[in-house]
Amino acid sequence: MTTISAEGLDHRSINEKIRSSAEPCTVTDCCGQRFIGAGMADRTIDIHGIPGNALGAYLNGGTITVNANAQDAVGDTMNEGTIVIHGNTGDATGYAMRGGKIYVKGNAGYRAGIHMKAYEEKVPLMVIGGKAGSFLGEYQAGGMIIVLNLWSSSEKCVGFFPCAGMHGGKMFLRSTCEDVVFPEQVTARRATCEDKAELKIHLSEYCRIFNLDIEEVLSSPFTVITPDSKNPYKRMYVAN
Amino acid sequence: MKKEGQVRIPSGCAIAAVISKEGKKMSGEAITNAMKPMHDRSNGLGGGFAGYGIYPEYKDLYALHLFFDDRNTRKECEAFLKEYFEIVHSEVIPTRKTPKITDEPMIWRFFVSPLRSMLASMQLDEKEFVARAAMKINTQMKGAYVFSSGKNMGTFKAVGFPEDVGMFYKLDEYEGYSWTAHGRYPTNTPGWWGGAHPFTLLDYSVVHNGEISSYDANRRFIEMFGYKCTLQTDTEVITYILDYLIRVQGLTLTEAANVISAPFWSTIEQEPDKEKAERLKFLRTMFPSLLITGPFSIVLGFTGGIMALNDRLKLRSMVVGEKDDKVFIASEEAAIRVMEPDAENIRYPAGGEPVIVKVKEGAF
Repeated sequence: MTTISAEGLDHRSINEKIRSSAEPCTVTDCCGQRFIGAGMADRTIDIHGIPGNALGAYLNGGTITVNANAQDAVGDTMNEGTIVIHGNTGDATGYAMRGGKIYVKGNAGYRAGIHMKAYEEKVPLMVIGGKAGSFLGEYQAGGMIIVLNLWSSSEKCVGFFPCAGMHGGKMFLRSTCEDVVFPEQVTARRATCEDKAELKIHLSEYCRIFNLDIEEVLSSPFTVITPDSKNPYKRMYVAN
Repeated sequence: MKKEGQVRIPSGCAIAAVISKEGKKMSGEAITNAMKPMHDRSNGLGGGFAGYGIYPEYKDLYALHLFFDDRNTRKECEAFLKEYFEIVHSEVIPTRKTPKITDEPMIWRFFVSPLRSMLASMQLDEKEFVARAAMKINTQMKGAYVFSSGKNMGTFKAVGFPEDVGMFYKLDEYEGYSWTAHGRYPTNTPGWWGGAHPFTLLDYSVVHNGEISSYDANRRFIEMFGYKCTLQTDTEVITYILDYLIRVQGLTLTEAANVISAPFWSTIEQEPDKEKAERLKFLRTMFPSLLITGPFSIVLGFTGGIMALNDRLKLRSMVVGEKDDKVFIASEEAAIRVMEPDAENIRYPAGGEPVIVKVKEGAF
């Protein structure tokens, strides 16, 4: 285990130290340094303090754990690996994510999962334990977003305009979503037993990490949201 | 070199603010340090601060902060000021030499009181009189620029990184009950001191991170009411809009926020509180030209309080935290942690949701 004190270091120096270490790294006293772990693969990075924007951008494997809140654009365009956040995460979490997993214990800001995508075996997963802000899954093109709303007694688990422009992938919201207005091009329906079986697979690691009883989490009603067609803009731009 | 106003300047930026609800005084050191972790949000072409409650010995006088290109301009401007004001005290604003801040203009402050006879003959209230005098200097007097004109508050700004600007102006030697800060990232700047934030008019100051797309529509409307947008920067127009809505039209802060960052019609339709929905509709109908679109996160400073606000789509980040009597606001949580490592109740206001913090009555 290598311990790196981030105090007084810029992001280049921190990443350099992580890269040159053969062992798992613990970064302490982090305060806003951006791009930690960016583009790295197969590293284990444990962060204390507040990491800056674009944490784990282009991540290509390994695990990053944040023991406090994270800032904006966590896992921007990440390809593989896992990012675990024990607090809240800022805006645009999982921006254009194309693989890997982001597990957030608390709330997510605006535009979580914006333009998340999938291709063949690359299916990104983002699980948000608390609530998500507005524009959740904006332009979502693939992958899976799950919002659990575990920490609040209020039913509303997402802000305004969820799934705006969504045209691929899937979203699960742990709510009946009676108070949520979805756009026309998606279908929102109550999760069936089959859906819950699928959810169980995706939530098992999350529940293990945050020490949650998966059966209890699954006992509440979920809403599943999918786009109506694989190509909803078919006739909008070109006739193919 | 072209100055602000001759060239359009889009900007990115970092903002931060702190206020004591008890009116307890804080030096400007913490807010200066808060800008350090957000260094990369600025590019060294502008930084600035506003402090409130910093001039208790002159609290009933308007503190005019001015940049002058040269000595002659200062003399000319001083002669102009004497026609309208009693100048109780004037001095060079103390600065600390640093290699990181260069090419400074002459930086002066004047503590002034409007001449009673002038107020009477012009039939204006004091604030309007001061606002017009500041506008007049900024639009008509070449080489002179009023960058702060409120009572018991002051703006300090320069070309440089914000943390260096704070050092340059010796903000550690001032004590205020609230502070706002700005680091600028213009992508195309002539780099003029007056173009840095905060932008102020009277005791209103605005720091702004963003790039509004409604600038010209807003400008055309606000210029009908005597404001002159001289700098082509969106922050200036935001400052005048807020002055117009709050001081001139008498709107509350929340109402002003609902005008400039109005909810979508579809969102108003979903509003369960019918009375609130009607109020929102009314404000959108009354002031459609003052809706500000495009990304912004701002902190408005005023006597006795601050208001933070995001654009309705929340295209910029903003974090709020608290500890004891203090409330902290910043573009990034890291900045809040620098000011208060144990800050609590960290939250992320929604787009269009104003965060209004006031010092308790009588404490400032």
